[in-house]
Amino acid sequence: MTRTSQSIQKGEVLLAVDQVSLSFGGVKAITDVSFDIRKGEIRAIIGPNGAGKTSMLNVINGFYHPQQGKITFKGQTRSKMRPSVAAAQGIARTFQNVALFKGMSTLDNIMSGRTLKMNSHFFWQCLRHGPAMAEEIRHREFVEDIIDFLEIQAIRKVPVGKLPYGLQKRVELGRALAMEPDLLLLDEPMAGMNLEEKEDMSRFIIDVNTQYGTTIALIEHDMGVVMDLSDRVVVLEYGRKLADGTPDEVKADQSVIDAYLGVAH
Amino acid sequence: MFYRETGQFKTNYAGDMAVFPILQDRIGIALILVVAFVLIPLLGSDFLLSSVMIPFLVFSLASIGLNILTGYTGLISLGTGAFMGVGAYACYKLTTLFPEVNIVVWIVTAGFFSAFVGVLFGLPSLRIKGFYLAVATLAAQFFLQWCFTRIPWLYNYNTSGAIEVGQRTLFGMNVTGPKASLEARYMVLLTLVTVLTWVASNLMHGRIGRSFMAVRDMDIAAELMGIDLLKTKLLAFAVSSFYAGVAGAAMMFLWYGGGEANDAFNINQSFLILFMVIIGGLGSMIGSFFGAAFISMLPTMLKFGLPALGIPLAGATAEHLTYILVGSLIIFFLIVEPHGLARLWQIGKQKLRMWPFPY
Ligand SMILES: Nc1ncnc2c1ncn2[C@@H]1O[C@H](COP(=O)(O)OP(=O)(O)OP(=O)(O)O)[C@@H](O)[C@H]1O
Ligand SMILES: [Mg+2]
Repeated sequence: MTRTSQSIQKGEVLLAVDQVSLSFGGVKAITDVSFDIRKGEIRAIIGPNGAGKTSMLNVINGFYHPQQGKITFKGQTRSKMRPSVAAAQGIARTFQNVALFKGMSTLDNIMSGRTLKMNSHFFWQCLRHGPAMAEEIRHREFVEDIIDFLEIQAIRKVPVGKLPYGLQKRVELGRALAMEPDLLLLDEPMAGMNLEEKEDMSRFIIDVNTQYGTTIALIEHDMGVVMDLSDRVVVLEYGRKLADGTPDEVKADQSVIDAYLGVAH
Repeated sequence: MFYRETGQFKTNYAGDMAVFPILQDRIGIALILVVAFVLIPLLGSDFLLSSVMIPFLVFSLASIGLNILTGYTGLISLGTGAFMGVGAYACYKLTTLFPEVNIVVWIVTAGFFSAFVGVLFGLPSLRIKGFYLAVATLAAQFFLQWCFTRIPWLYNYNTSGAIEVGQRTLFGMNVTGPKASLEARYMVLLTLVTVLTWVASNLMHGRIGRSFMAVRDMDIAAELMGIDLLKTKLLAFAVSSFYAGVAGAAMMFLWYGGGEANDAFNINQSFLILFMVIIGGLGSMIGSFFGAAFISMLPTMLKFGLPALGIPLAGATAEHLTYILVGSLIIFFLIVEPHGLARLWQIGKQKLRMWPFPY
């Protein structure tokens, strides 16, 4: 797995979505959409409410199985895949409505992102000594780095259900980062945040991208943020692809202006 | 004033990750262990051992088991009584077939049989949750209870239809059967409970506990972390039923000294343990002990405590009063404080830590 990911160079296609269609009964959520995400870039997915953005992320990380089309990630093509397998291949994400483990502390939430990398035997887990403890400490150190990076040291031991929304979003990002993903999917990471929180979050996203080289797919309604952060933008509307290109190209696209940017959000 | 973490700085992660990071807590645990292992067997009356401590310890073990499943993993079960029964009957068969092997080995091994049965009945949990899972485990309860009474091989064709506990020794001392002293039975049980509590606490503090809680709190996100839902739920059923099984075997061999499934491992038992977990605190180790202590000791306290205080109380009234109290407490905790007595304990400790400043 790691070998394939290393063999993909910065700028090469990491994930390709090929003519994907998805419907729920009569509702067509996605119709014949193709685009790609290149390694190392920040790729924005924008579009009005109900355009199919979240559905697209759900297809990419295996929650939804498209009726048509295929997904190629790191050179491997698949049409159906379980989310846990997608996770093992290096796809992590955050959710539009924060899907944290509410009863667990910030620390435990982020630690749970390390699950796939932990494999000490059940026997040692029972004793919490030897390999199990060594592993726990090793991953705790990694997680502490993330906690420092996201500046959430003070809420380490707080159950996340008690945190304000903005901090929850940050913890959720931390949990995704703990997975050391090759591809990070962020579903409206700044929704419901004030300006200051948005600035913090933007900074974290850029830092993740530049410091760790993580490829990011970002859904966001705030156009200013999208234009600032992203390398390329794909625009969806009513489940179809409307435009695809650099922020400047997309901004200049007449159909986008008509359909989306003209509408106040 | 004395309960403080001030000045107790953690210089490494191992220290911070300890189950009891605060010194006073560790001293408290040590004191409890000294009282339980030394003072109670030396000074405790027979009544204390037989009617208070032994039932309490058996129920604690069963509560820990159910708490792992329901409190930590969020899967409800009404089959605890039956899973305890599997342990008891497995232990009975094993010690009958291989009487030379030590009984304590069989009590623990019995847990593995019940873990296996638990996994079988846990299979539907991938598809069904909540109410429907409760009904599925209820089916397990009735099916297993039927097996215990209708398959004579399980009770060695005894005419009584019951488990008959024979004489077994440990280090030359009788630990089961009519000649076993209360102290011996108590010490074996206490050792089992102490070791198994330590193991359960270790498991819940590590990767496995986190994946249980992740499944409980948000299963889709758990799957996204690479946690396999089916495997995790089945593991929870296995570990939980293991504890229930050991509790069941211990109940028959170290407490009842023999008995029949319809009395010991019926649906009432399942509910009783569920109530212990709810009142004690879902998802809390110490809560399992609080719940077990509260519910198992309440009838005794009412029956003997109130008359001692000069309030006359008939036996039947004490029983009704128990039901009323437990019932209203369950409603109270479900509505007001789902984390039960354990949460109140935590709040108390927090207050103590801040004392004398309220904030
Ligand atoms: N599980 C589902 N069952 C039925 N319909 C669904 C489901 N998920 C999404 N849809 C439908 O698919 C369409 C696209 O929804 P989606 O959530 O992907 O939009 P979105 O672009 O993320 O919108 P928003 O900006 O509001 O988050 C909508 O019409 C929605 O009702
Ligand atoms: Mg959405």
